[in-house]
Amino acid sequence: MSPKKQEFAPMPDKNGYFGKYGGQYIPENLKQAMDDIDHAYEEIIRRQDFQDELDYLFKYYVGRPSPIYHCRRLSAQCGGAQIYLKREDLNHTGAHKINHCLGEALLAKYMNKTKVIAETGAGQHGVALATACALVGIKCEIHMGEIDIQKEHPNVCKMKILGADLISVTRGTKTLKDAVDSAFEEYLRNPKDFFYAIGSVVGPHPFPKMVRDFQSIVGREAREQFLELTGGLPDAVLACVGGGSNAMGIFTAFLDDENVRLIGVEPAGHGLETGEHAASISKGTEGVIHGFRCYLMQNEKGEPLPVYSIASGLDYPGVGPQHCYLKDIERVEYVTIDDKECLDAVMTLSQREGIIPALESAHAVAYAMKIAGDLPREQTLLVNLSGRGDKDLDFIMKVLDIN
Amino acid sequence: MNRFENIFAQCRRENRKALVAYVTAGNPNLPVSEKLIRAVLESGADILELGVPFSDPMADGPVIQKAGQIALRAGTTLPDIIAMAGRLRQHTDKPMVLFSYYNVMLAYGLEKLARDCVANGIDAWLTVDVPLEEREEIRPTAERAGIVLIPLVSPATPPERMKTIVAGAQGFVYYITVKGVTGARTELPADLSEHLDTLRRLSPVPVVAGFGIAPPEMAATTGQYADGVVVGSAIVRSMEQYADHDQAIAATAAFVHSLADALK
Repeated sequence: MSPKKQEFAPMPDKNGYFGKYGGQYIPENLKQAMDDIDHAYEEIIRRQDFQDELDYLFKYYVGRPSPIYHCRRLSAQCGGAQIYLKREDLNHTGAHKINHCLGEALLAKYMNKTKVIAETGAGQHGVALATACALVGIKCEIHMGEIDIQKEHPNVCKMKILGADLISVTRGTKTLKDAVDSAFEEYLRNPKDFFYAIGSVVGPHPFPKMVRDFQSIVGREAREQFLELTGGLPDAVLACVGGGSNAMGIFTAFLDDENVRLIGVEPAGHGLETGEHAASISKGTEGVIHGFRCYLMQNEKGEPLPVYSIASGLDYPGVGPQHCYLKDIERVEYVTIDDKECLDAVMTLSQREGIIPALESAHAVAYAMKIAGDLPREQTLLVNLSGRGDKDLDFIMKVLDIN
Repeated sequence: MNRFENIFAQCRRENRKALVAYVTAGNPNLPVSEKLIRAVLESGADILELGVPFSDPMADGPVIQKAGQIALRAGTTLPDIIAMAGRLRQHTDKPMVLFSYYNVMLAYGLEKLARDCVANGIDAWLTVDVPLEEREEIRPTAERAGIVLIPLVSPATPPERMKTIVAGAQGFVYYITVKGVTGARTELPADLSEHLDTLRRLSPVPVVAGFGIAPPEMAATTGQYADGVVVGSAIVRSMEQYADHDQAIAATAAFVHSLADALK
């Protein structure tokens, strides 16, 4: 752990940099739209009516604060440190994503935008955004690859029932990558009137800052709840990292607590040595993709590599710029968990505590289980349980051959 | 006098507008695109934009995206493209612009890229995703090597920012005519001439306009307000008309010819 006192509050700088990461690597025709969003955001979040509305929705709509929960049986099985969960899985729509989707939808509405656009892979971001847009009363257009549409039937139904316009993307690989291109193209047609809702702490400035700020409610609540429940701070806070939104959400409140270890858990997929993983921070190199500088899984030609994780919400070749910075200054430790360890954590948490975690979140649970046994019983680990496993049930039944 | 100054001076002498042609290098493969580029240059294109394929091209529409994917699948790399530029340079004295996304250049190494570009006759870089705020990252390297940086200006760029972007520009300034991604449109925006007038007043170098220009009549109209016109997607699409490469090249050359004629 870095012994030096770090200053985190003013992150990012005015050009959107976290150290050397982030920035705005965008075509000139997007610059004005990004600046408009940044200015509107800075102005609107200071408005009392906006804050009041967001607070109200967090409390009465999302069901915040989500509880923290002491996993006594799981901790006993691990035989060491006490494991606590921040129950973001109990939010309306079942994951932390609703926090920033509500923020973005509300911001779009305050900016008098006519339509919110986004892409979705497995449909999680799409459902959370369609939910937020239905609530806020703004048109929502979700781009999704034709193949993903066939695979993710329940989420497709949800988005349609929620009133979102679902655009089936039939070009290229007909999956997430082409959905991004298609959504982005629609956005560029009229960036003045449309709002592009990015699904994580990635993309050009101001998105990494904005999504982090909307998610930081998670850590603020958890820190207060933990103090109240245990009288102290946790020894470590853990979260899974794909793009990194739930991790930034919970880490932000603890960055200045030097004695709290922060651990980001990346997906090792079939194993780091196989190359089939999505551990961008652990194995990537510096690059520029989708408008920002970050650690990137790329080949020697600068082409992003195909990445893989059992958890589709984690398979992104880049990673949020603030994570890259926190890695370099050694404030956060980044570790990995492979598919097998993840599935093991899903089953153990389900059968010890009656909580079925999302495959994404199970990566963080798995690492807590892995280190708990070597730590003294008085130590505490707080895991951000960012989502519930409902969406993964069929898949888990199939891969584990459960009948 | 650099190659840009030469060509624009020649256009002025001949009382016509410059035709800037964008070609995705390596589409459908490197040898065919090399043949195509030679045909395009011989058919009246004045400046070549050599498009480097990239998997995540933020600014490009479906036509150029697809061309890039085909080029990547054919195994096209930046070193191949630079070597091709070297061969093209033996046949032409027209300016060549490397049109690329930043990460491909970063992976190659900026210093080495600048040296290799100069050695192979590439005059300029147009790095689509490096706007004014990030320009200092590449400017010193480019300047030392003698590479010109082509700035982009869009309809959404406010006049004050326009001024900063074009200050000290060399070669030419690229004006994006329409909102959205690259790709042929059916009509030009109503305020095109107004924006171009402002920009040409501010710019120390010629201004060319592109994005969305397809039929020769549209090029002619745009040419009335600019020093040159860029055509990209329409050239790429023209190559898709025929399965036979030689036939496609011949048809595309004829199309480029009609564009060049329209700018006279």
